Amino acid sequence: MTPQQKFTAFRTILTKEVLRFARIWIQTVLPPMITTALYFIIFGNLIGPRIGEMDGFLYMDFIVPGLIMMSVITNSYANVVSSFYGSKFQRHIEEMLVTPVPNYVILTGFIGGGVARGLTCGIAVTLVSLFFTSLSIHNLWVMFSMIVLTAILFSLAGFINGAYAKSFDDISIIPTFILTPLTYLGGIFYSIKMLPEFWQNVSLANPILYMINAFRYGFLGISDIRLAASYAISIAFIALLYGFSILLLRTGRGIRT
Amino acid sequence: MTSALSIRDLKKTYKNGHVALKGISLDVARGDFFALLGPNGAGKSTTIGIIASLINKTSGQVSIFGHDIETDTAAAKSCLGLVPQEINFNQFEPVVEIVANQAGYYGIPRAEAFARAERYLKQLGLWEKRRSMARTLSGGMKRRLMIARALVHEPRLLILDEPTAGVDIEIRRSMWQFLREINAAGTTIILTTHYLEEAESLCRHVAIIDEGELIENTSTRQLLNTLHMETFILDIQNPLARLPELSGHSVRLVDECTLEADVSKDRAMNQLFHDLSTHDIKVLSMRNKSNRLEQLFMRLVEGNGSTGVEP
Repeated sequence: MTPQQKFTAFRTILTKEVLRFARIWIQTVLPPMITTALYFIIFGNLIGPRIGEMDGFLYMDFIVPGLIMMSVITNSYANVVSSFYGSKFQRHIEEMLVTPVPNYVILTGFIGGGVARGLTCGIAVTLVSLFFTSLSIHNLWVMFSMIVLTAILFSLAGFINGAYAKSFDDISIIPTFILTPLTYLGGIFYSIKMLPEFWQNVSLANPILYMINAFRYGFLGISDIRLAASYAISIAFIALLYGFSILLLRTGRGIRT
Repeated sequence: MTSALSIRDLKKTYKNGHVALKGISLDVARGDFFALLGPNGAGKSTTIGIIASLINKTSGQVSIFGHDIETDTAAAKSCLGLVPQEINFNQFEPVVEIVANQAGYYGIPRAEAFARAERYLKQLGLWEKRRSMARTLSGGMKRRLMIARALVHEPRLLILDEPTAGVDIEIRRSMWQFLREINAAGTTIILTTHYLEEAESLCRHVAIIDEGELIENTSTRQLLNTLHMETFILDIQNPLARLPELSGHSVRLVDECTLEADVSKDRAMNQLFHDLSTHDIKVLSMRNKSNRLEQLFMRLVEGNGSTGVEP
């Protein structure tokens, strides 16, 4: 295939993925808006004033970046895991496997869909947050680059989960028992400086902590983690998961017998 | 000239130890209409899966128009269109998008992809349904949608794995006509089917796979010539209480108005009609008891020791 043909194939997969979640926006885009609105009401408006300031910012302002990031993480992951597993389950992944489209184009198309849904939900949640607080942006480039890197990383994770999944249970186990706890313990609602030293060190093993803090830096200019460490961790994980995903496609894990 | 499809010593053993293919070799000439037959579990779908890169082979070589599927994968895949046995499109997508997206995976630009989708959906009588969700189509329409999807990149080799299974006779006949037309236009076609009448009617060459081995590979005409005995059903005008003695003929009374006669291919049928007339038995109509290819198929696979044969 020529580069132009590969780009056409990529655009086809991406368009198909975007249309897939756009058709069912009530299931894909609306729920994070409602959930986050509830977080803002309960933690920001009702409990927040009693907590006071966090790192010199109103509690509501402190949690906004983390809640946006949580929505990006869960939705980019959910999009790819459900779409890829669904395509295996209904066997329409075969539509792509019989064509000359290279594995990296297939992977990039699915990841593009995950990033698109993650960013769509992130923007939707950001708009909801404007009903509760006024947002300030400290560093737009850091904010944007970190949210895109995070969406790519969790789209890749969702792809790997989808490749290994053999049932619908398998695509909900990782989000429920690993992803959600790591997200909640990744510093959305608190600064790790509040924790005893031992738990601070344990928290440093959580990659989501690095992403949420870097994203918060983009909004507020504060972070528990050095920015360089956040980028290094994100890029390293992306490289690792990308390589592994390509290996899964090449060997046909879960899609070829 | 290279074959449209060349298979050499193809073997497949699944992870559970099941040996699906024991080393088959096969050539399909360019422009041929080829039937790949065999009982359930014989290895037909495994062979097709390997050709289409959906199943990893254990060993052997497969090339499509001279392009090896392992070393020249992209070129080999570009030549191939596949209509699988099972429905494998997204049931929640509109019909036209399924076909246009397939073109997109081959790198065909969007405008051209939709133009081709329109052409093939019209040819297969699905244009009116283009905006319908695929899940709302009938079984026959879903099969035709898979044919349109397989043709949208205009492959030189089209493989159809039981394309008319569960399709009513009228649609089946129209699909046959369509397949004849695209074959006449130069597309090589390989067909697997359980309807042996279909293979006999459409295909110029036949290969039979049984228990992972190729047990027959010849022209349809040559295969049919090996059939020495045919059984005919005769509808007679006047009811018979019992069958008179018809020496030299193997005739049975099925019911009072129907006879069943085994006729050797080297004997003229005039003698049978003459003898029936002698006993004042008038024949109203006559037909084959079963499809000729079906008789051969049963003989070959039973001779190979297969059980539970479902032609």
